[in-house]
Amino acid sequence: MMKWTFFHKLGSPKWFYDISGKWLPWLQITSLLSLVVALIWGLAFTPPDYLQGNSYRIIFIHVPASFLAQAIYMMMATAAAVLLIWRIKLADMALKVMAPIGASFCILSLATGAIWGQPTWGTWWVWDARLTSMLILLFLYIGIIALRGAIQTSEVAAKACAILSLVGVVNIPIIKYSVNWWNTLHQGATLKLTEKPSMAPEMLWPLLLSILGFYLFFTLVMFLRLRVEILSREKKTRWVKALVGE
Amino acid sequence: MNAVRKQRLILVLLLLLGVGAAVTLMLFALQENINHYFSPAQMESGEAPTGQRVRGGGLVVPGSVERDTESLQVSFRISDGAGEVTVLYDGILPDLFVEGSGIVATGMLNKEGVFTASEVLAKHDENYMPPEVQKAIDDAHPGYSSPSYSSPALQTSARELEVQQLESLNNGG
Repeated sequence: MMKWTFFHKLGSPKWFYDISGKWLPWLQITSLLSLVVALIWGLAFTPPDYLQGNSYRIIFIHVPASFLAQAIYMMMATAAAVLLIWRIKLADMALKVMAPIGASFCILSLATGAIWGQPTWGTWWVWDARLTSMLILLFLYIGIIALRGAIQTSEVAAKACAILSLVGVVNIPIIKYSVNWWNTLHQGATLKLTEKPSMAPEMLWPLLLSILGFYLFFTLVMFLRLRVEILSREKKTRWVKALVGE
Repeated sequence: MNAVRKQRLILVLLLLLGVGAAVTLMLFALQENINHYFSPAQMESGEAPTGQRVRGGGLVVPGSVERDTESLQVSFRISDGAGEVTVLYDGILPDLFVEGSGIVATGMLNKEGVFTASEVLAKHDENYMPPEVQKAIDDAHPGYSSPSYSSPALQTSARELEVQQLESLNNGG
């Protein structure tokens, strides 16, 4: 029989607060460094595309933002499952603080996509499967944020948000495979799990670095927000009172 | 894992399974509406409705673009390897409109199978490379963008060649 105690230790707000505090400076340095290097490299030093010229350079923001918008949703759905099954408070706090970050990346993805679409496709927006499913993702994020705000009792709000997050997770494979399942104006995936990326190496490296930078930046912002959330929800506990010196 | 948690886990999995099944069925039912455009093969086989606004998309057949010298009128053929359809358009084509690359046109298909477009959008693919690499590929496979070839089969193989070339570059780099 497996021991589940480690899982509960992981879910202890105080334990997380202590650990994340040690991580913060490293996250700050690495995210700043990777983002600055990746963006300068991608925007100024990589060669232009043979077909799109310089306009393709928005890929160094568009693709990482889209990746994050979907990855954060997957993390929220995981947190939702953990909350529903194990009733771990920290999972609900994580779910709450991740939603606005995910929504921001989703807006960034849709906005950069529209800006890219205008010069290349000739239109800001089309209702194809990829763009529409991404818009639905934004509505899911907004829905989860709004649902929490609409319910007064925090336990009920936590449960409702968790269920909505879980239900919405079906949209993630639809976004990913929309370009394969249906005819879309949006092109297929450049970075694939099973095949070689269809991008020249001198463009691929800054893109991968930018994705890494976006992930680190997200982790940093998430930790900062989660730490504030922990302090505000645990303000009656002895360790928080000791921490703030009351 | 205790009994209560196991029960909750099963509930969560059932919820995901139920929603997943419902959405899958819905997407299958709406398959045709979700497709953004009809392919040339679908337009040739009569799957696409005539006399109403639809979208059609495919690769511009190299050498098929004919521009009117007096006006903006342009005609070209689009192909998906399985069918070909003539498109008429009166307007400014997007910058990325290149022979051999993809487009999506909005307009009307008539009974003779000619597509009159009111809007043409360029669809680019997922391959990105510097101009020198593209030039190297063109030099190695001169047939690809020359007007002499028009067979859809050749078009597919030229694309595959291009992708292979890019992959070998990635391997080497």
